[in-house]
Amino acid sequence: MYRDFGTVFFAVIMGIVMVSIPLIISWLIAPSNKTKDKLDTYECGEEAEGSAWLQFNIRFYIIALIFLIFDVEVVFLFPWAVVFKEMGLIALIEMGIFLLILCAGLAYVWVKSDLEWVRRRIKYGGGRYKPLSASSED
Amino acid sequence: MTVDFIFEFLSGLLDGFISSNSLLIISMLVPCLAIFGFITVYALVVIYAELKVSSFIQDKVGPMGQGVGLHAGKWGLLQPIADALKLLLKEDIIPSSADKPLFILAPFMIFIGAFISFIAIPFGESIIVTDLNIGIFYILGVGSIAVLSLILAGWASNNKWSLYGGMRSAAQIVSYEIPAGLSLIVVIMLAGTLNMQDIIKYQAGGIFNWIIFDNPFVPIAFVVYFISAIAETNRTPFDLPESESELVAGFATEYSGMRYAFFFLSEYANMFVVSAVAAAGFLGGWHSPIQGFMDSPAWGVFWMINKTGFLIFVMIWLRWTLPRLRVDQLMNVCWKVFLPLALINIFGVAIWTVVFNS
Repeated sequence: MYRDFGTVFFAVIMGIVMVSIPLIISWLIAPSNKTKDKLDTYECGEEAEGSAWLQFNIRFYIIALIFLIFDVEVVFLFPWAVVFKEMGLIALIEMGIFLLILCAGLAYVWVKSDLEWVRRRIKYGGGRYKPLSASSED
Repeated sequence: MTVDFIFEFLSGLLDGFISSNSLLIISMLVPCLAIFGFITVYALVVIYAELKVSSFIQDKVGPMGQGVGLHAGKWGLLQPIADALKLLLKEDIIPSSADKPLFILAPFMIFIGAFISFIAIPFGESIIVTDLNIGIFYILGVGSIAVLSLILAGWASNNKWSLYGGMRSAAQIVSYEIPAGLSLIVVIMLAGTLNMQDIIKYQAGGIFNWIIFDNPFVPIAFVVYFISAIAETNRTPFDLPESESELVAGFATEYSGMRYAFFFLSEYANMFVVSAVAAAGFLGGWHSPIQGFMDSPAWGVFWMINKTGFLIFVMIWLRWTLPRLRVDQLMNVCWKVFLPLALINIFGVAIWTVVFNS
């Protein structure tokens, strides 16, 4: 066992070395002629406006939350899948209950339209931003 | 497997010269070097293949030797080497407003994630660097390191395009990991093990013993896995994280030279990993399609590489055939089509196995 995961450990170290060597070679032979404009952030040729470290669409966080639930589910399924053939019907019933609860969760998220990338009804406070799908639907 | 073999070989050869601990370390490092060599050669081959396949699909000739000068060798064979040299000679630029430590860390992480997946891939009956007892689980887990490095690259660049690309790639890879994982559950249910070699050994005896032909639900699982795998490697039609027509180059916008080359290399390495998992899990791994026909251990490598190569070819083929999806379509396909389909598949396979195998 320790020999198996020892190899993984050495593979990580070798990976670091393997990335470093070409970077060092490149550092030695590549031209280095830095100017202020070259080191600027790329923004289609314009001068960069402000920092990019800003607030971001909440959709990504919701996706992350849903992912977390289902990824834990997948992790639970792995040991079950290994012993499934030995246990047969009992395993099917037990995991069936577990999966059905999660399917109910999926259905809930679906109905609440948290799976939509562009939500149908978003309250923007009646400003100049209109929901994207307002013209095509409703 | 291979580590033990090299260890015994070396201890027979160098008995008494070095302590057994350092000998063990050497025998762990040698296969890692071999894997790195393999990745490099494979990357050169597949870059050439990508250029040529895309050219033939688009009805042009692609890189060619141009008469007397022979710019890129015969049939453009030297093109990938020229590309690699060009990347090596490029000036390395780190934007002054970037988060420098994270910016440097990202290429390391993405390459290590791809590199350490390779050590659990079975190339033949005894050709596997470490035969981990949780092989397939390990590959899935290590594959997720790519998400971290892409979002790290996007964030550290301090560039709007990069941030968009990084966030999109995180959402996309993370979402498609679930259908891919659920589809591989089907394989594990049928084989009853997480060990890559045992999964392949379960499929011994001709094409109809391969897991993909085990019951009518498995081909669906294979298709779901393969499409999710393409999405996880950020290939067209799922290349939203680096869609060049909207995001310049996505998370890679600020990267140049060798640092960019490692993102590029890792994408191709990840293609190999997901294809090898598909070949080992569904298509019989190193088994020959006909029992007893070209079925020796040496031919095993041939079959494994060919099955994987075919799947990589399909990926390249899809890239040059299909247009890119939109973000909302991408998410819809994952959460509303693949996830329910994968769950139904698990139930289907479970019921089928209980009814017909007991």
